[in-house]
Amino acid sequence: MADIKLATRDAYGQALAELGAKNSKLVVMDADLAAATKTSVFAKAYPERFFDAGIAEQNLIGVAAGLSIAGFTVFASSFAMFAAGRAFEQIRNTLGYPHLNVNIGATHAGISVGEDGASHQCCEDIALMRTIPGMTVINPADDVEARAAIFAAAELPTPCYLRFGRLAVPRVNSEGYRFELGKAVTLKDGKDVTIIATGLMVSEALYAAATLESEGISAGVLNIHTIKPLDEEAILSAAAKTDLLVTAEEHSIIGGLGSAVAEVVSEKAPCRVLRVGVRDKFGCSGPALEMLKRYGLDAKTIAETVRAGLGK
Amino acid sequence: MEIAVKQPLKATAVKVRLAALEGIWRAKSGHPGGSLSAADILTYLYFKQMNINPQEPQWQERDRFVLSKGHAAPGLYAVLALRGYFPVEDLATLRHPDSHLQGHPNMHLTPGIDMSTGSLGQGISAAVGLALGAKISGKPWQVYTLLGDGELQEGQVWEAAMFAAAKGLDNLTAIVDNNNLQIDGSITEVNSPYPIAEKFRAFGWHVIEIFGHCFTELEQAFEELKTIVGKPVCIVAKTVKGKDVSFMENNVSWHGSAPNDEQYEQAVAELKAKLAEVEG
Repeated sequence: MADIKLATRDAYGQALAELGAKNSKLVVMDADLAAATKTSVFAKAYPERFFDAGIAEQNLIGVAAGLSIAGFTVFASSFAMFAAGRAFEQIRNTLGYPHLNVNIGATHAGISVGEDGASHQCCEDIALMRTIPGMTVINPADDVEARAAIFAAAELPTPCYLRFGRLAVPRVNSEGYRFELGKAVTLKDGKDVTIIATGLMVSEALYAAATLESEGISAGVLNIHTIKPLDEEAILSAAAKTDLLVTAEEHSIIGGLGSAVAEVVSEKAPCRVLRVGVRDKFGCSGPALEMLKRYGLDAKTIAETVRAGLGK
Repeated sequence: MEIAVKQPLKATAVKVRLAALEGIWRAKSGHPGGSLSAADILTYLYFKQMNINPQEPQWQERDRFVLSKGHAAPGLYAVLALRGYFPVEDLATLRHPDSHLQGHPNMHLTPGIDMSTGSLGQGISAAVGLALGAKISGKPWQVYTLLGDGELQEGQVWEAAMFAAAKGLDNLTAIVDNNNLQIDGSITEVNSPYPIAEKFRAFGWHVIEIFGHCFTELEQAFEELKTIVGKPVCIVAKTVKGKDVSFMENNVSWHGSAPNDEQYEQAVAELKAKLAEVEG
């Protein structure tokens, strides 16, 4: 892992501005959070193609749908809580059902929102978004992956949910990283356990794997950036290689990556799956890193879960 | 408007009512009340107002229409069929699993449908997006959307109304089918959206109030909106739910239920008599 730490939302703003230069039919919308979601970077470069809906997320999604059928590629942003949460039904009926070319750039996802507390810490968005037929769901691990995912989403003619964080996170991918939509990335091979992680938990999984290695436990790490469509082949291959799978996500253990992995293996290759994530709780106010520790979203908890799973 | 022009519109609107009811009767489900109240408005839009080409439903330069009150789909399907978008015989397949005529409009299945709708309050936002898209593309097309009056209870309608006025979308017209009834009763009893015209005016719209079953008033309204610059236009059209079928008129129980054979026969007899009268 490189020493560089950047928030995926910063990569979002930058990538949008780059895409704006390449594609004159690209428009960006926000709901009064442009400075925080970083769509402000695009707004500054292309003010005539940036539209602020104000604090009105339901209309944000509807207008984005209309712009899409008028021939534009749209990125619409808010915090995950208000995009996937408040506007769920608009996304389901007005983007999902007609398969429109709108990308939802949802920032401030998960518990690492920090001090704003439970009302803003969305740990349910992956569950909500992946139930919508035809929706692509991407949760990048770092800024490099986020940038690549945004470029891929811009080429996708169907709706896509991109999940970004507020917190600066370690860069796990190299500059030359090649992103492939729907393809998991094996970051480390292991014989005893595979840690299947997404988002900021990928770097924690790598730390955990290093700790476990020093204890004589061989832990693989699989990065699932695309939660839907899920790379079932990579998961089944991990299940064939190691008897234990441990999932890790900054999201509720209900309905997210852990559930998605369990769904696949229970149908096709039953094996033990332990889930690291938010355990059916609301968060609270506090510094992001403290929150991650408090809710067991760290390398320590992943390593403990692996040990418990292996009876060590 | 010349009588010669008005007569075919009136006759067409009766045919639209007959066709919408036939579909609902065959499907044994659907929404007759709001389809009948919107029939004249929809007829005027598709037979007089909109710049469209039924032979090329996806023609880029066409005007767009979004049925925000998606449950009036039988009325819209009847208009589209009679306008030549697809065979009138297709109307008999309304609400069948493999039919292109789903319970609520689907833009990918039905020729002539510009946006999928059904969940109230959402169509107007899409219409706003289309109008904004036309503006920033420098396209001349107009965007029309039809809302129910009960639909105005959805908060999203007012989010959209505020945004459309703030962006000065004078290529957008929202028509309110003000038939005064919703599923649970009269809109006043349930949760009054009145005064509707004043609300839209306060949101920065130009408002025109008409009787939605009078083609002369419809024509005047659509002529007036051409002169409005810098503001979206709202036409508040007073209508009668279940219009032109005596036992359905102003009767809330016909919001979402189909007539049985006997009721259908009576409705057809009444509408055929009406047709003979207007074609007289």
